[in-house]
Amino acid sequence: MARKLLLEHINVPGINTFDVYRQKGGYRAVEKALKMTPDEVVEEVKKSGLRGRGGAGFPTGMKWSFLAKPEGVPRYLVCNADESEPGTFKDRYLMTYIPHALIEGMIVSSFALGAKTSYIYVRGEMMPQIRILERAIAEAKNAGFLGKNILGSGYDLELYVQPGGGAYICGEETALLESLEGKRGNPRIKPPFPAIAGLYGCPTVVNNVESIAATVPIINDGGEEYAKIGIGRSTGTKLISASGNLVRPGVYEIELGLPVEEFIYSDEYCGGIANGKRLKATVAGGSSVPVLPANLTLKLANGDPRLMSYESLSEGGFATGTMMGSGGFIAFDEDQCIVRNTWNFSRFYHHESCGQCSPCREGTGWMEKVLHRLEYGHGKMSDIDLLVDVSRKIEGNTICPLGDAAAWPVASAIRHFRDEFEWHVKEPVKCLDTNYGLANYANPIAKAEVTTEN
Amino acid sequence: MSDKVKVTIDGITVEVDPGTTILNAARQIGGDIVPPAMCYYSKLEGSGGKCRTCIVKVSKGSEKDPRPMPKLVASCRTTVMDGMEVQNITSPEVLEARSGVVEMLLINHPLDCPVCDQAGECDLQNLGYEHGLQKTRYEFERRTFERIDIGDKIQLHMNRCILCYRCVFTADQITNKRVHGILNRGDHSEISTYIQTAVDNDFSGNVIDVCPVGALTDKTFRFKNRVWFTKPIDAHRDCPTCSGKVTLWYKGEDVLRVTARKDVYGEVEEFICNTCRFDKKKTADWVIEHPTHISDTSVISSNHYETMKPLPVIQDNPKLQLANKIELEKTTKF
Repeated sequence: MARKLLLEHINVPGINTFDVYRQKGGYRAVEKALKMTPDEVVEEVKKSGLRGRGGAGFPTGMKWSFLAKPEGVPRYLVCNADESEPGTFKDRYLMTYIPHALIEGMIVSSFALGAKTSYIYVRGEMMPQIRILERAIAEAKNAGFLGKNILGSGYDLELYVQPGGGAYICGEETALLESLEGKRGNPRIKPPFPAIAGLYGCPTVVNNVESIAATVPIINDGGEEYAKIGIGRSTGTKLISASGNLVRPGVYEIELGLPVEEFIYSDEYCGGIANGKRLKATVAGGSSVPVLPANLTLKLANGDPRLMSYESLSEGGFATGTMMGSGGFIAFDEDQCIVRNTWNFSRFYHHESCGQCSPCREGTGWMEKVLHRLEYGHGKMSDIDLLVDVSRKIEGNTICPLGDAAAWPVASAIRHFRDEFEWHVKEPVKCLDTNYGLANYANPIAKAEVTTEN
Repeated sequence: MSDKVKVTIDGITVEVDPGTTILNAARQIGGDIVPPAMCYYSKLEGSGGKCRTCIVKVSKGSEKDPRPMPKLVASCRTTVMDGMEVQNITSPEVLEARSGVVEMLLINHPLDCPVCDQAGECDLQNLGYEHGLQKTRYEFERRTFERIDIGDKIQLHMNRCILCYRCVFTADQITNKRVHGILNRGDHSEISTYIQTAVDNDFSGNVIDVCPVGALTDKTFRFKNRVWFTKPIDAHRDCPTCSGKVTLWYKGEDVLRVTARKDVYGEVEEFICNTCRFDKKKTADWVIEHPTHISDTSVISSNHYETMKPLPVIQDNPKLQLANKIELEKTTKF
């Protein structure tokens, strides 16, 4: 069994209550951190090499050290629990079953940043989780871990849960801050970055739920110990929410560096593809990352096995790689239609675009309409190139990463599954009730192809 | 001067104050290298960054950190650094991205220029001529909205809107309170009020001037005339609420419309009040200054039928005749 840090006690009955969590060694990190100086805590997180678990993979310790610390201005820590990426449900799982891990992490992180008020911005649809968190906060407050003068250390912290309105865009950190301030959740134009002027114009750090929860084992065991887990610059463990045509979909805590093949097929994790079918494609990190065919999922372009780590997943750039993203692992078996799936993702981004900047507002709708036409057999050959062109015009030209996130799945689907798109044009009637099938997407990667793609 | 920073745009170096945006630095140079801006408005704080037409390539970040910026940046919101090198029209990448943005702006635009009051002075029209494609690649139904009156003198034609948010900033910063804003999200988002004709403010008419397209139009001028048939004259009056400096748009002897004076980038010089804009439409209300200078490339300057016979206001004012000398000479040649 691989080492578990976050979900170690997940099967203990009543772990969602303060008493059981405390018995299992909970809140030790708070006791330990409050005896250290805030800078030491930041240093410990830096040493751990923890990278943001929300998608971009930016080193958390470095993000913390960028926080401006002007005199007389409050600083804020905001936990981004607006998890709405299709395919990602790890934060919801964590908050539902082990909410005190997040609360404990919030106390430690707020102490490290010197924040006296911290917010957990939870997606509006997650009403049960909001209640769970509020209860957990009340319990922690009762036990003296929140409020004035925590454990006699003189450190005060108030923790608030803020339900969002349920917009995907509010998962973008500046849009989240706008929404938290009570405004329309439009992303801000950066710079200034939140570390300089964030919530109410004060320095703010926005972190994902899992990043914050991961500070607990880092403080408990020490940053260096944490950095020993994992591979290379991808340290520690990561929650992966596996879904799709798998025997056992669910949330798994993996050590970074686990081979993708083992993750999909071993009995400890997903247990293979359901109903004895074959793997066709995967989306490795939530809907925003490029989709990969089966052969490139399991192997790198040079034939080495692909690992679940930030570096290995993005090996090969956009030509043959993908991204770790937020850990929403979606597997497609041979009966799934990539065109339909791309249309589905595209529909999501069309619906969720905030409408602030023009390429994303207009381009996502355009892509969705073209993909809808292709999926339902009214497409033309030129549509495929049109889609590539539109996605290229959106990518990189928008205020926030939603434009990129909308463009990548479409561009990568056409890059790797062009045959299937063309088949939808050539067989407009057949494509309505049959699927293109596995085709050659699971074949070993041809050597010649590799040299041309690089 | 040590407190100035040097920035090079398309090979032309200029010294500007620290904190200036790339767009404003380019405007100090002027000419073709100024990136077009649909949403940025120098008089409105916080505007810009949304339309993405002003994107440029920063090929050298600064003297200290010479790395280029990884993405194209919005020049209206990016401040210059010392030694920064920017490529605008010299970079094919920028021009391609910009034409992509223009295409995106136009896919849901009705392109009803022949019946649009803004035609002839429309920023989107200019942008389309410069960067647009000959033919659209968009083959779907465009989104449509009903026309609504957001004030008793202002009509909103949401189909034409490009969501630049300028009118929202104007209402925030010029008027006492804002009662219109953005509803909905994505490509369904629209400028609207919750209650029709709710915009009632002394300065609400300025939203018409800041609108880069024909989405917000003056109901006292709608369909009266095409702008290129009218003759703009700068005038002023003693106004208790605003500066009173306006442009009167004449057709024959009638003032068809009153707008604020606009500079070379289509931005108003000073905001004017609704009394000046909607109610003072007689020459007697105004002190005439001189004909407005309109760029030679503008369609407004090309079709001055009135100039065959000098305007009545010019005929009996030697000062105006002098100011109009070149134009008068031109017309007397025929």
